[in-house]
Amino acid sequence: MASELSNPIAQVNIQAALENSASNQFGISDLGIANPSKPNKQGLYNPSNEHDACGVGFVAHIKGKKSHDIVQKGLQLLTNLTHRGATGYDPKLGDGAGLLMQMPDAFMRKEAANLNIQLPVAGEYAVGNVFLPQADNSRELVESLIEDIIHEEGQTLLGWRKVPVNNSNIAQAARDTEPNMRQVFIASTNKDQDAFERKLFVIRKRIEHAVAKLILKDNAAFYIPSLSSRTIVYKGMLLANEVGVYYLDLNDETVVSALALVHQRFSTNTFPAWDLAHPFRMIAHNGEINTVQGNVNWMAARHATMRSALLGEDLEKLWPLIVDGQSDSACFDNCLELLVAGGFSLPHAMMMLIPEAWSGNSLMDEERRAFYEYHAALMEPWDGPAAVAFTDGRMIGATLDRNGLRPARYLVTDDDLVMMASEMGVLNFPQEKIVKKWRLEPGKMLLIDMEQGRIIDDAEVKKALAVAKPYKQWIEKTRYFLSDMPKVGGVIEIAASMPQVDLLDIQQAFGYTQEDIKFVMLPMVQNGEEASGSMGNDAALPVLSVKPKLIYNYFKQLFAQVTNPPIDPIREELVMSLVTFIGPKPNLLGVDETEPALRLEASQPVLMLDELEQLKAIALLTQNQYKSLVLDITYAASLGKAGMATAVASIAHAAQKAVQDGFNIIILSDRNASESRLAIPALLACSATHLHLVKTGLRTSTGLVVDTGSAREVHHFALLAGYGAEAVCPWLAFETISHLSIKDSKEGAKKFVKAIGKGLYKVMSKMGISTYQSYCGAHIFEAVGLNSAFVEKYFTGTTTNIEGISLDQVAEEAVRMHTTAFGEDPVLANSLEAGGEYAFRIRGEEHMWTPDSIAKLQHATRTNQYDTYKEYAKLINDQSRRHMTLRGLFEIKSVGNAIPLDSVESAKEIVKRFATGAMSLGSISTEAHATLAIAMNRIGGKSNTGEGGEDAKRFITLSSDSSMAKVIGEDVIVKDIPLKSGDSMRSKIKQVASGRFGVTAEYLASADQIQIKMAQGAKPGEGGQLPGHKVSEYIAKLRFSVPGVGLISPPPHHDIYSIEDLAQLIHDLKNANPKASISVKLVSESGVGTVAAGVAKAKSDHIVIAGHDGGTGASPISSVKHAGTPWELGLSETQQTLVLNQLRGRVVVQVDGQIKTGRDVVVGALLGADEFGFATAPLVVEGCIMMRKCHLNTCPVGVATQDPELRKRFTGQPEHVVNYFFFVAEEVRELMASIGVAKFDDLIGRVDLLDMQAGIDHWKISGLDFSKIFHLPEMPAHVSRKNNDVQDHGLAHAMDNKLIALAQSALEQGQKVVIDLPISNTNRTVGTMLSNQVATRFGSVGLPNDSICINFTGTSGQSFAAFLAQGISFTLTGEGNDYVGKGLCGGRIVIMPPSNFRGLSHENIIVGNTVMYGATTGESYFSGVAGERFCVRNSGASAVVEGVGNHGCEYMTGGTVVVLGLTGQNFAAGMSGGVAYIYDEDGLFSKRCNMGMVSLESVEQSDMVAKNTVQHLNQPDEVTLLALINNHVKYTSSERAKALLADWNNMRLKFVKVMPNEYKRALIELAEDKVLVAA
Amino acid sequence: MGKATGFLEYERLAEANLPVQNRVKNYKEFVLHLSDDQSRQQGARCMDCGIPFCMTGCPVNNIIPDWNDLVYKQDWRAAIDVLHSTNNFPEFTGRICPAPCEAACTLNINDDAVGIKSIEHAIIDKAWENDWVTPQISSHKTGKKVAVVGSGPAGLATAQQLARVGHTVVVLEKNDRIGGLLRYGIPDFKMEKTHIDRRMTQMVAEGVEFRVNQHVGQNVTGDEILAEFDAVVLAGGAEQPRDLNVPGRNLDGVMFAMDFLTPQNKVVAGDNMPNQVLATNKNVVVIGGGDTGSDCVGTSNRHGALAITQFELMPQPPEKENKELVWPNWPLKMRTSSSHEEGASRDWSITTKEFVGEDGKLVALKGTKVEWKDGKMLEVPGTEFVIKADLVLLAMGFVSPVQKLLEAFGVEKDHRGNAKANTESYATSSAKVFAAGDIRRGQSLVVWAIREGRQAARAVDEFLMGASTLPR
Repeated sequence: MASELSNPIAQVNIQAALENSASNQFGISDLGIANPSKPNKQGLYNPSNEHDACGVGFVAHIKGKKSHDIVQKGLQLLTNLTHRGATGYDPKLGDGAGLLMQMPDAFMRKEAANLNIQLPVAGEYAVGNVFLPQADNSRELVESLIEDIIHEEGQTLLGWRKVPVNNSNIAQAARDTEPNMRQVFIASTNKDQDAFERKLFVIRKRIEHAVAKLILKDNAAFYIPSLSSRTIVYKGMLLANEVGVYYLDLNDETVVSALALVHQRFSTNTFPAWDLAHPFRMIAHNGEINTVQGNVNWMAARHATMRSALLGEDLEKLWPLIVDGQSDSACFDNCLELLVAGGFSLPHAMMMLIPEAWSGNSLMDEERRAFYEYHAALMEPWDGPAAVAFTDGRMIGATLDRNGLRPARYLVTDDDLVMMASEMGVLNFPQEKIVKKWRLEPGKMLLIDMEQGRIIDDAEVKKALAVAKPYKQWIEKTRYFLSDMPKVGGVIEIAASMPQVDLLDIQQAFGYTQEDIKFVMLPMVQNGEEASGSMGNDAALPVLSVKPKLIYNYFKQLFAQVTNPPIDPIREELVMSLVTFIGPKPNLLGVDETEPALRLEASQPVLMLDELEQLKAIALLTQNQYKSLVLDITYAASLGKAGMATAVASIAHAAQKAVQDGFNIIILSDRNASESRLAIPALLACSATHLHLVKTGLRTSTGLVVDTGSAREVHHFALLAGYGAEAVCPWLAFETISHLSIKDSKEGAKKFVKAIGKGLYKVMSKMGISTYQSYCGAHIFEAVGLNSAFVEKYFTGTTTNIEGISLDQVAEEAVRMHTTAFGEDPVLANSLEAGGEYAFRIRGEEHMWTPDSIAKLQHATRTNQYDTYKEYAKLINDQSRRHMTLRGLFEIKSVGNAIPLDSVESAKEIVKRFATGAMSLGSISTEAHATLAIAMNRIGGKSNTGEGGEDAKRFITLSSDSSMAKVIGEDVIVKDIPLKSGDSMRSKIKQVASGRFGVTAEYLASADQIQIKMAQGAKPGEGGQLPGHKVSEYIAKLRFSVPGVGLISPPPHHDIYSIEDLAQLIHDLKNANPKASISVKLVSESGVGTVAAGVAKAKSDHIVIAGHDGGTGASPISSVKHAGTPWELGLSETQQTLVLNQLRGRVVVQVDGQIKTGRDVVVGALLGADEFGFATAPLVVEGCIMMRKCHLNTCPVGVATQDPELRKRFTGQPEHVVNYFFFVAEEVRELMASIGVAKFDDLIGRVDLLDMQAGIDHWKISGLDFSKIFHLPEMPAHVSRKNNDVQDHGLAHAMDNKLIALAQSALEQGQKVVIDLPISNTNRTVGTMLSNQVATRFGSVGLPNDSICINFTGTSGQSFAAFLAQGISFTLTGEGNDYVGKGLCGGRIVIMPPSNFRGLSHENIIVGNTVMYGATTGESYFSGVAGERFCVRNSGASAVVEGVGNHGCEYMTGGTVVVLGLTGQNFAAGMSGGVAYIYDEDGLFSKRCNMGMVSLESVEQSDMVAKNTVQHLNQPDEVTLLALINNHVKYTSSERAKALLADWNNMRLKFVKVMPNEYKRALIELAEDKVLVAA
Repeated sequence: MGKATGFLEYERLAEANLPVQNRVKNYKEFVLHLSDDQSRQQGARCMDCGIPFCMTGCPVNNIIPDWNDLVYKQDWRAAIDVLHSTNNFPEFTGRICPAPCEAACTLNINDDAVGIKSIEHAIIDKAWENDWVTPQISSHKTGKKVAVVGSGPAGLATAQQLARVGHTVVVLEKNDRIGGLLRYGIPDFKMEKTHIDRRMTQMVAEGVEFRVNQHVGQNVTGDEILAEFDAVVLAGGAEQPRDLNVPGRNLDGVMFAMDFLTPQNKVVAGDNMPNQVLATNKNVVVIGGGDTGSDCVGTSNRHGALAITQFELMPQPPEKENKELVWPNWPLKMRTSSSHEEGASRDWSITTKEFVGEDGKLVALKGTKVEWKDGKMLEVPGTEFVIKADLVLLAMGFVSPVQKLLEAFGVEKDHRGNAKANTESYATSSAKVFAAGDIRRGQSLVVWAIREGRQAARAVDEFLMGASTLPR
């Protein structure tokens, strides 16, 4: 013990660290301890963007019986989860794994004794596992610091133990950063174990803070995995199966525990990080906390007002509670620790952090609702997909987020073991010992109290907590509902309150344009929802625009892709909430306070004018319990732009003073704006005030409301919320509405509010956030074109990568708007500025597509005139006067002297790198779609099906001249196009999007590349919708749907809720077509690089980075404009991150988004792209003239329409498209020659050849700095910068190789084969390669029924029987996991429990989540209950199951589903076709069914059905139903089904038929058509 | 927004003309503007394009989709405001513009263009009827004086724009009436002159002073003007006609079109023109197939010509252009004007070899067919012909401005003899002297003259004040 010696050194170092830390903002990993393998923030790479997702599980003994066996079972479980993790460039380098267990007292006692340490009785000592630096001097320094703090906190240091490890088999990179593993023993000076635990928490936080301030010279890490008297965590940068090998302790027979909580991590990066492994001190988490930024901000804001009776003075020592640079899971763990230390029970704390969806749940009892409602004011949800397993050593449990977006299955044995895991099969128990197999349901909790020795189910644990305090009474006593309060008198009309100001002037002062009225507000006011637009965004970036822009426009909405799913806010509205609390927040740790705080609640955050008046008069309305103060955020216009900084600062200070004076609602108002008063941009005022109040510790003492003239579109409200506003009153928007020429302006205002609300749902849900409360203050944005010092000051923590304007220019823009508004400009005398953002206008915003550029491109390609093309290219490329894109400001430097054009790679080679964009047949016409395919096949490039299937007739290659109509059908093609021998209309890229339209084994087998669309540039994080009028008979046939019925593509892929799910889908698709490369399409945003790295680790062969500006058939206009970033940023970040992770070589990178010219291609290549996607330009070549009417089906040139009359007008020719691509390639060659590069490969990744163009003189542009885009990561020369390697998909190990071999006689000779095989959870995607064999040989017709029958026994892995083809029958005795029967196309799946399983089939789970997703044909029988999202997007298959979770039959468009048991909530949401029959045992089905699109009917006796009735499948329902139930008995011997049949006449009456309204209408119309034809 | 499906439901509807036999008896306008309902339907055909090609097809960049929509909604008052925001004189363009906007209309790709011009015509007529066209008098005076030389569409547009931002503007016109070619070049049956008079009344109210009979170089010098004004805008047009130097050019009966058209306009205006040349009972040959030629045909018919023949040197254009390769640009195609409908025979690829006279008086024209190969003209042997002619009207376009005007201000010229100035500053080589319209760009359309006049006004305002709120 050398504490005395080392103490002074520590102090010196702390001092040095403090001096240094001002320049350092990136948390522990950077502070103090440098780690050479883990790169710092550089270029566009930011370590804070890292994501992870994982496999989680636990084993526990209900009665708390400790054994070494449980530890071993935990390790085994971990090993069997291996496939859910990932490895980096070195297959030995895992992402981290670990195990949390109870303190093994006997073992510790033994080990301590060996070190001559005498341990007190169990519970009175703690053992901390500590990662320490390897270098002795550093280690000793840290150890002495630890010892001092233990001492200062009044506990007794007993000594240290070196933890024995075996690192012989770990990856080199992990060994390079391996810490010195030691354990510290501490004796308690207090008999109260809970108090000791609290103290340990304080000690650990103090140590963390102190070490963070040290500067250590050596390279090792410091971290404390656990410090507790109850639990201990062994974890590290290990593969899952390595944990038990590495930590020798775990093999000691005396290491016993009644619980083992394990975790296997899948990270997006490949950098060794020992500390990021789970479990943390209390949790292991599979998922992602989407709201973490907001949660962390609010936790910091609560600091000043937080008090705890239990922690007392110690509370202050915990801060900063959550340090920067941690993962979301670690932040969550910190918060949970605080709540538990503060006195909440573990389940109570979990319910506060991850509440179930309560506000829209009509089935929840009142007490529980009151519990949630009460706690909602205390803590905003930590929202996002999450399965969190938690323990304090005495109880262990798990809870699932409200969406149920992560799988968690469990089983209970008759000898008191509980095993929970992300999937079944990870640990096998004899079937006869299992008493229950179930799953964690959305928002539900599983809790095992080992002290009580029992499982406490969700209902019980929540009931107990809900009735523990009179929450309902408290709420009733303390709650004010804004809508319930009386209206206050006085003037509501704005016009009257600003008599001297002209409406037009004031609109102009706030930057209103004609388009704001026409495109933005009118549709909202008329229809109650945001308008749609099409064809992407080709207008100038705000920072490049010469026009003054609102500050809102510089922010881009972030969105979820891959690592966390977006939510469908329409079909899954039950999880969404806009409820907002205005006013001070209660003390988070006031556990025992009996006087609950007041709460002022509004159902949504957009305040009407009279509601704002209520807030102003709130003191009167609440007898002075609330006091509001209006702060004027305008200032004297005469002060000009120079006055703004002071004005902002004085408002922030005024707010501070007001709160200190006792006001608890601050209203920032710009209603005083006038000729003499200039309004500070409301967003700036709001964020600056919010942050100032957070900094001064006052934020949670007040509410913050913004009353502004500037807010009018969804994006504005989202931003104000994201930067701290609890409510917003858009007064000028209301005033504007009252002057619109509409019938009822009051009604219009209401619709406007409704539309904003819906829009906010969309914005929140695209990030996977469900509640306004969590969104508020969460900063879910990045800035494009704002100076970083400005952002740091006023929008702290927001990413901004290319610098740009600062306060001076922001103010200048406000001044310019103000000046023109009140100036003499004759154009603005009677009208608003034109705008020109959404449609081209002469005096409006600059666009790349202009009449001139379109005409030149069309003329050039139609006449094959390269000179005309060059005129076109010059219009796009030369942005010396019209600035529109970042790349427009780039300069391309030479490698050396120019070389002759002849020596440059040929155009024929270059065009092979080109692909056309994913435009579905549906969004564009058959003629336009097929023309692109022909052209791309002629040049050796690739066309893309888009999401909508493809006619198999197009798959052939012609052996003689023909025509489009002859091949596809005279009835389908209205404008014939001649084809030449050798032509093919097959799209080489087959897209797989969330709707899975037409995705069959045959479709996938026809691909050269299969593209998973994670996001689309025009509307990242959102789904799509093909309106009914575009669903022609042909399109319906290809998509397996009903003509005239609109089709929904959900925002998320329902089989991708995390990175490991994506890895699974990649694996599935690779199995479905082993010859095809698998591509993943991402959209550029800050952090896309780390996502791409994760995607590369998930074994994608190809990654597309799409810009924000890409085209679309239809998208909400705010998404077109305000989500995503230019591809220059995303591509560059991707390249940098992939190179840093040494993953670049194994993937092909493609870029797309408004790529139009050869120069664009060269810039893309220099930034790191191998390939290039083009969409809008080839469409223009085909005749598109940017009508932007795709969503209306009225395209006048026959491109984006299904109307046969309009399609006749199509004039596109494959030759034109071919000409275009050769022109582009030729331009590329000329550029290459001019810079001295002969081979295209030599361009890729050469960012050193890019520079910012000199001499561009513009007041906004001068602040831009592209150095981050041009950053070249310093990596050794052998690390590849372009694609030169392939992925190992591991198909050689697949079970299907065996199946194919065994089924040869069926495949070759058509003989029936029957095979019996065992199966386990590590056998993933079984049957898919076999189905590919069938589809390749026999197409969609497949084989005769039961040609290949395979009987499996055991637990199947994920994606069992995915895309199972016609003629293959799988029977599994055992159970299935997630994604069974995904994309089923013709095969039969039967799953039933083993005969020795004792449970009742309809009370036990048999298959996991998202079963039969996107099935098209075939049948399935599951004798048991399925998880969430059963038969989502089924379009034609039939299924029988004995119970389902939430969201059953969502978006279903066809097929028949029979449920012989209970369903979860939200059944049939978005269901537009097919029929479901539900055995409604408890008569409550109608409450669980989403009635938005369906009606419930009874199942009539078949002989009672009238003859001409419209019928599903052309037969009476009873016939269909009985046939399926009889089959179910035949295949599964289900007792449940037998019982129903036995009493059929009574049971039939209990069946409810779910009939989609749209489907019924279509059936009736079809029947009428038939009658007409017959007549 | 019009109506999303309007173009699929409604046909293009041309404006109705009075019957030929009625209209050739006088010099009144015979085009009838659309009824409210017809206008509404035409407006509904507009597709509110994401990129409205019409807007750049139109030289003054009329915001066509917006006023189409307003007419569809029958908000005529707002429609005229939008129209006036880009075009000072829609009553001129609504009558005599060849409507390049309609050529650029996206419906024109594969359908009939929206009747944009007819809607413009209807809007401005309605505006005048309802007294919505009122003076926009500047709230303050800048104290700067600007001379505008020439009162054609460019000069008028310049003058109106400059007056509206407070400058003192004087328009100097060499003729006895204001309007330039609008007044004396375009026959009344195409555009009645009351339209100019009404505008002048408005402009006078806005502070513009009109001085007629100011012939620079004759009764007023450039230096005098420069001394009086802070800026001078030359908007004198391109009045030097192209001549045809073949034998017999000097015969009595061979004359420039303008010398034939102008007196007729003066007669309609009430002047006594004793020496007016009439086409009455004559065999008239018009040389030149353009708009001026057309006007000669229409005027000759009204005079009561015996026969009218029109020759064009260039080959007969196709009935329909190849839209794939031409749209949205102005197509070369066969056009039949309302004057042609009134009676005339036309022939193309004809060159005139000689005017044949008797006693110094024209009696016939000798011509021959030509062929065009690689841009070169070749006479076709054996196609020579002689046609009876008492009156030959030369309507072969204009070659340049009247040079004396440019010389009076010492303005540098381009290779075609036009005033040299760009379309940013409109400044000539002489200090504070600007040029706009045909004098700068060469012979062109009225609508181009208005555009240049507006843009030059902004340039002058910027020159005088350092900044300008006038739109370009």
